[in-house]
Amino acid sequence: MILLKLFLSFFKIGTFTFGGGYAMIAMIQAEAERQGWLTKEELVDFVAMSESTPGPLAVNMATFVGSRTGGVLGGICATLGVVLPSFIIILIVAKCYEKFKSSKAVNGAMSGLKPAVIGMIATAFLSVTRTVFFPNGLQTAAFSSVSFWLFLGIFALSTVLVFKKVHPIKLILLAAAIGIGAGYGLGL
Amino acid sequence: MIYLISGDSILNKKLDLFLTFMKIGAFTFGGGYAMIPLIQREVCTNKNWIEEKDILEIVAIAESTPGPIAINAATFVGYRTAGFIGACLATLGVVLPSFLIISLISLVLHYFQELRAVKYAFMGIRAAVLALILKALWSMFKAAKKGAFAYFIMGTTFLLTAFAKIDAVFVLVGCAVFGIIWSAIRRKEQTHDTP
Repeated sequence: MILLKLFLSFFKIGTFTFGGGYAMIAMIQAEAERQGWLTKEELVDFVAMSESTPGPLAVNMATFVGSRTGGVLGGICATLGVVLPSFIIILIVAKCYEKFKSSKAVNGAMSGLKPAVIGMIATAFLSVTRTVFFPNGLQTAAFSSVSFWLFLGIFALSTVLVFKKVHPIKLILLAAAIGIGAGYGLGL
Repeated sequence: MIYLISGDSILNKKLDLFLTFMKIGAFTFGGGYAMIPLIQREVCTNKNWIEEKDILEIVAIAESTPGPIAINAATFVGYRTAGFIGACLATLGVVLPSFLIISLISLVLHYFQELRAVKYAFMGIRAAVLALILKALWSMFKAAKKGAFAYFIMGTTFLLTAFAKIDAVFVLVGCAVFGIIWSAIRRKEQTHDTP
């Protein structure tokens, strides 16, 4: 049953993902929360590992969530689910390519979907912000914790580096090192 | 004899598609956009499967259809090069390295995630992921067409998915329908204006 649920959820996510893996984060989060598959922290960790391993972000995320929830078979079902919609749609498009290219409906739909994807990434940003900075919900107490300021520091540094086009893997390794150093150093 | 040779070369081409896309899947980090130059080099320059001008169109389609860009591009190139079986093999090839690597990590992680050092490492990493998402947001915003319509959709999608907790599927379908209606109205206006 869990396998079928994984397949269907990721089929849905694959069907409605436009413009790369980041737009998926909000959807995976909503789905994982609804089904109780993983914690918010785990999801963010998966994003990090999907970025630092080769392959498409969306496939990596699907395999991660699937294998965490349903073992190897779960991984296969989730991955198959996220890939299948693309595969079917592209086969159809490849067959009637000229029609697709000049279709007014397709172009119109795309003009609405492209900005929507940006809105969805903003949602992902907001929810990951909550997970990182306010793990216990929005409380003013969060501001007085050491870890809040530590995270803010790492986030600020990472933002500068990522806009300077430092490779995500290097960034993630650096952040991990700071996390370990600060964790032991400050005794968090 | 000729039949045999040509049959053999088709078989080789299919195997080659699988292996080429497996290589592409195994050596690109960070998803579809990073893959495009590699696909271009392998498929156009090295293998001569697709012409340079066609690959740009394939990329444009891969971007404008749902699903991961890398999968879309692999399926399309595979189909163009060797039909349905080609599409299957190229897609399988591009997915397989991810699948194997992630399955392995997921298994290993299970044993290490309770370690203190690993917990600390992930605390740091989570803050860095936030920066990666911010970067993705900024790049997509910069590349997008702007205007009242686009801003309206961006804002509405954000509010509906972040605060109203409406299923993203409904929001996206709504945006697609709205886009179709809006562009139809614009077309009508333009045809009215021109004469």
